[in-house]
Amino acid sequence: MSRLTQALCLAGLTALSCGSALSTAHAAGTLTIATVNNGDMIIMRQLSSAFEKAHPDIHLNWVTLEENVLRQRVTTDIATGAGQFDVMTIGNYEVPIWAKQKWLAEVTPDAAYDMSDILPSVREGLMNDGKIYALPFYAESVMTYYRKDLFQKAGLSMPESPTYDQIRQFADKITDKENQVYGICLRGKPGWGENMAYVTSLANTFGAQWFDMSWKPALNSDAWKNALNWYVSAMKADGPPGATSNGFNENLALFASGHCGMWIDSTVAGGLLFDPKQSQVADKVGFTAVPKGTYGKGPTWLWSWNLAIPASSKHRADAETFITWATSKEYVKLVAEKKRWVAVPAGTRASTYANPDYQKAAPFASFVLNAIKTADPSGPTAQPRPYIGAQFVGIPQFQGIGTQVGQTVAATLSGQMSVEQALTSAQASVGRTMRQSGHGQ
Amino acid sequence: MAFKVNCGKQIAVTLLGWGVALWVFFPIFWMFLTGFKSEVQAVSTPPQLFFKPTLSSYAEVFERANYWHFTINTVLVSVIATGVALALAVPAAYSMAFMPSKRTRSTLLWMLSTRMLPSVGVLVPIYLLARNAHLLDTVLGLAIVDMLTNLPIVIWMLFTFFREVPAPILEAGRMDGASRWQEMTMVLLPLALPGIASTALLSLILCWNEAFWSLNLTSSNAAPLTAFIASFSSPEGLFFGKLSAASTLAVAPILVFGWFSQKQLVRGLTFGAVK
Repeated sequence: MSRLTQALCLAGLTALSCGSALSTAHAAGTLTIATVNNGDMIIMRQLSSAFEKAHPDIHLNWVTLEENVLRQRVTTDIATGAGQFDVMTIGNYEVPIWAKQKWLAEVTPDAAYDMSDILPSVREGLMNDGKIYALPFYAESVMTYYRKDLFQKAGLSMPESPTYDQIRQFADKITDKENQVYGICLRGKPGWGENMAYVTSLANTFGAQWFDMSWKPALNSDAWKNALNWYVSAMKADGPPGATSNGFNENLALFASGHCGMWIDSTVAGGLLFDPKQSQVADKVGFTAVPKGTYGKGPTWLWSWNLAIPASSKHRADAETFITWATSKEYVKLVAEKKRWVAVPAGTRASTYANPDYQKAAPFASFVLNAIKTADPSGPTAQPRPYIGAQFVGIPQFQGIGTQVGQTVAATLSGQMSVEQALTSAQASVGRTMRQSGHGQ
Repeated sequence: MAFKVNCGKQIAVTLLGWGVALWVFFPIFWMFLTGFKSEVQAVSTPPQLFFKPTLSSYAEVFERANYWHFTINTVLVSVIATGVALALAVPAAYSMAFMPSKRTRSTLLWMLSTRMLPSVGVLVPIYLLARNAHLLDTVLGLAIVDMLTNLPIVIWMLFTFFREVPAPILEAGRMDGASRWQEMTMVLLPLALPGIASTALLSLILCWNEAFWSLNLTSSNAAPLTAFIASFSSPEGLFFGKLSAASTLAVAPILVFGWFSQKQLVRGLTFGAVK
């Protein structure tokens, strides 16, 4: 037998032996947890050894994925009932939709969990038919970050509740393009969870909405035009170049490196901007409420990352034990003890905000609490609406139409389309998608 | 005069060659550099070429994930998939190259056309097959899918290399009483070894870098290095330093392997080019 034949036989044998050895299923008592790579989740993973110590019969297996990959991965897994995951990290957009599809198991924590301590607006977003289908790990709303030093230099002072007109005036005054300081940074990267999260929130406060009560798109309204005109004109005059590539992380990098005068985005950025290890402007950051548009009311922004148990999980009881622990008051205390108070998961429990240690450690705490309380995702828009959601529309089609309209909005920023053209095109394409999916017929 | 023209041309070609090489290598160089920056330095504008290097990203990467577990999975998947693909492709390419039928060309084209289908188009059927065969999150399951994905390319390459071997040499072997098996293993394979080596190397690289099926068919037990890289991207927070460190660690083994076998690879790729 030649050396090559021997090598081929060896490869075949290796394949067979590895096949039997490596096609092992997950052991009983092992929970596979799918999560994203956010700071709070990393801490949970680090501290989970305390849970394993307290529950020696439960072993935790972590799968960390990029947000969009995670969404695709868990959707495939749930839709095919494969049962690869016992706990998954999903947003408040998915929870009610997936619960309606019977993809999630109901969660029933005991009295010690203190469900009444969970902020009502957060809790309500995780319910379907009066039952809870996920427990909130942390939640975020929206606020305005600004550079105190630049405001002082320009002789400006930021009001507690600014209007979009004021924001534009401030942006004009502090923009210094020669020194790469841009008055305003906003999301421009197309995507339902990227630019459309901000733009939907902006549209609400200008009196706009996605659909009327008969599910007809309402995107060609004057209110939408006003909102988008403000956005495009402010970004063109005072925004950074290449804004259509900027999502949350890109704007975070710009602000943290001193290139933004103001930034309106998720409250979660507070912890990152105030951290000197991650921000060069940590001692110069100011914050205030999200600006108001011409309507002045309407839902603002509420996003929560939640732990849910897929209906296909084979370890539901163990999974519920884990998610109850990871979202409990005891876990909050554990993070404060092992890390620091500012690192505890924010936005979910009233008891966290009542704690003086947390108030001391997080100067933005009361702002965040107020922003979450007033986010009002199920509240009214200027005209009656058939859907819930603050910065998104709580229907399965929104991922598609949101990204579609997001691309059109990005085209107005890059100058490929006028605002009117973009809204006419968006109105037509959303109407088509909704008709195809049986809405509004 | 002719010497001057030739010399100028040579300098221009050399400069162009260097330019292209640097252009291709720059992203890897920048990734390597970013791995030694802090997160703030990694996103600073203008980008910093000179900075105080730190190993904090590498420390965090090693603290958060078991690098060796992912590397071993990648090596196993790549070696198994390449070994099985070669074992199947050698006889297939041999028969197509030396015993062609009127359908050989169309069969080859059909095989290659399967590569043109976007992977996501068959995600659900393959996921269901893997689920029913209990091959989800197993090295064997991923190796089978990688092997099948690369099989058309492996057969095509081997077919091209085998065609370069003069048929009279094989005939001479047959005249001396060699069986088909002996003809293939004792005459053809030694002659086409550089080509087979470069095919194996290409298959290894393709398996090593494959991301779509790795991310969708594995979760923790069999997750390879592509899943390791993906786990360092974050929707909320700066991550370029850690991501670059993880990417450098992920590409380092195959880069070193490619460096040492480049002579073989170039020899294989130009096999039969000069007669």
